[in-house]
Amino acid sequence: MTDAMKDSKPGGSIPALSAAGPADMPERPKAWQLLLRDKRAIVGLTVLGLIVVSTLFASVVSPYDPLSQEFDILLPPSPTHVLGTDDLGRDLFTRILYGARVSLFVGITTVTISMVLGVAMGILAGYFGGWIDIVFMRYIDLQWAFPNFIIAVYLVAVFGTGLANVIVAISLAFLDDFARITRGMVLSIREEEYVLAARSIGASDTAIMLRHILPNAIAPIIVQATLSVSFAILAEAGLSFLGLGVKASTPTWGLIISDARSFFTRAWWLGIYPGLAIMITVLSINFFGDALRDVLDVRAE
Amino acid sequence: MRYFVGRVMQALIVVWAVGTLVFFMLRAVPGDPIQALLADVDPRAADVIRAKLGLDQPVWVQYIFWMRNTLAGDLGQSLYGSHQEVSQQIAEAIPRTVSLALVAFLISFTLGLTAGIVSAVKKDTFLDYGFNLAAFLGISMPSFWIGIVLIIVFAVNLRWFPSIGYKPLSAGLDQWLRYLILPGLSVGLPFSASIARLTRSAMLEVLGQDYITVARAKGLNEKRVVFRHALRNALIPVVTVMGISLALLFSGSVVVENVFAIKGLGRVLIQSILNRDYPVVQGSILLVAVLLVFMNLAVDMLYRLIDPRITYD
Repeated sequence: MTDAMKDSKPGGSIPALSAAGPADMPERPKAWQLLLRDKRAIVGLTVLGLIVVSTLFASVVSPYDPLSQEFDILLPPSPTHVLGTDDLGRDLFTRILYGARVSLFVGITTVTISMVLGVAMGILAGYFGGWIDIVFMRYIDLQWAFPNFIIAVYLVAVFGTGLANVIVAISLAFLDDFARITRGMVLSIREEEYVLAARSIGASDTAIMLRHILPNAIAPIIVQATLSVSFAILAEAGLSFLGLGVKASTPTWGLIISDARSFFTRAWWLGIYPGLAIMITVLSINFFGDALRDVLDVRAE
Repeated sequence: MRYFVGRVMQALIVVWAVGTLVFFMLRAVPGDPIQALLADVDPRAADVIRAKLGLDQPVWVQYIFWMRNTLAGDLGQSLYGSHQEVSQQIAEAIPRTVSLALVAFLISFTLGLTAGIVSAVKKDTFLDYGFNLAAFLGISMPSFWIGIVLIIVFAVNLRWFPSIGYKPLSAGLDQWLRYLILPGLSVGLPFSASIARLTRSAMLEVLGQDYITVARAKGLNEKRVVFRHALRNALIPVVTVMGISLALLFSGSVVVENVFAIKGLGRVLIQSILNRDYPVVQGSILLVAVLLVFMNLAVDMLYRLIDPRITYD
């Protein structure tokens, strides 16, 4: 790194540098066009869009309240209650709609948090090396020895249940994936000529990391983030199902399925439909993520 | 050999780090289990129990005691019920978890390899698309829900299999298997989907290589080309993921044991968390860590034995 400083030549012009910086800039619109031509991406995005819109406008889509109890208990699916009712007479379709809020909220917030933290760790470790690298990577290796879901369960065991704790647990559980990917990318980009050029004209470390390295490392991070949303949704559902998720009164997909266990013989719909909701949501995210990976040409690990 | 010793040391350090982290974090979090246990009992009684459990000592003293006891195989007692020894509870749980993981492993690799090979050989046919879609569905379903669907269909309606419970191997192979088929499928099916996708892409890569073309040009029949020449090399990446696969099958069984009421490690862990039974939480977290870390180590070592190109350095 210090060699690069010694080699620095005066007169590296700024316009030339910014053209060389984000090297794949001209290809980017092409990537989006490709994505819009991909059937998987279109199907995934459409279904996801429908889910997001209907859960945001849940009170318009469904005439029922997710918590109000009526006397019509355990009704099978019918025109008035399209997916039937549960043991307290609550409309199942409505509960699934409101459950989508929790799932999507947890999925998006956890991945955002773990992406920001993980990418920061990966960049700092990869860029500076030395003791920062050693400390961060020791931690990441420790976490790497365990499946993400187990880490989330461990953390909930320590922090306790509830929405905030679940979000913290899942965010931390997925951190290592982002840190590893980012560090790997930074290690190869760090030696690129445009980084040396930026350094030679006296760009600060922060500027080099944020303006030159990050944009070129972003493709695999985006793909990982997309697929992580689906893993996070599955993890949240798993935690809720086990009783380690949000408060028992909140309708979540995992919790509805868990409650359904007492009514297998009388009300199959309570167990089947919330799971279908999980599957459709996760499937459409996976479709989109898969298409994104192909379009951005990121190799699967 | 030196490499091996180094890896074992590393594994031990990971286990120690997890145990220590959990030990201190459990104590740093507000909320006293004894307080919760004896909410409206005489506070002096609570003090007596605290003293008995050593919870009145400073944390670092507790830590030294804990380390000493753990190394001696004493993980403490459950706070509730008959105050069962944690080590005994875990010893009873391990065969159940291992049984489930074994059945799930067999199911996922049989299904995954078959589907992957067929997909690759019949690339771009209806069959390939079908398997592809099935694999996509497989990775998008939570394992516990697959369990619920299987129970509703095969236990409640068709009555082919028992819906919950576990029979040890000593009750007979057929009984053992009968109880493990549905849980095994719940854990194994999502995983077979990943195996199928991996096998397919590995097979396609190998089938495109020159020596396969040569083998075909020599006039070998297709079966021989696929099974003798292609599959062998395609299996290398599949074998590599076996290590990770064991860990993932294990994390799947943590949830699925709770669907089928199998008192394995996963159920012990989750129940203790729900009951705030801290000695059991700590013990089962530690044991899960030991199991995972040494499983990874074993697979890694095995892989190095199989593929001599990997050197010990």
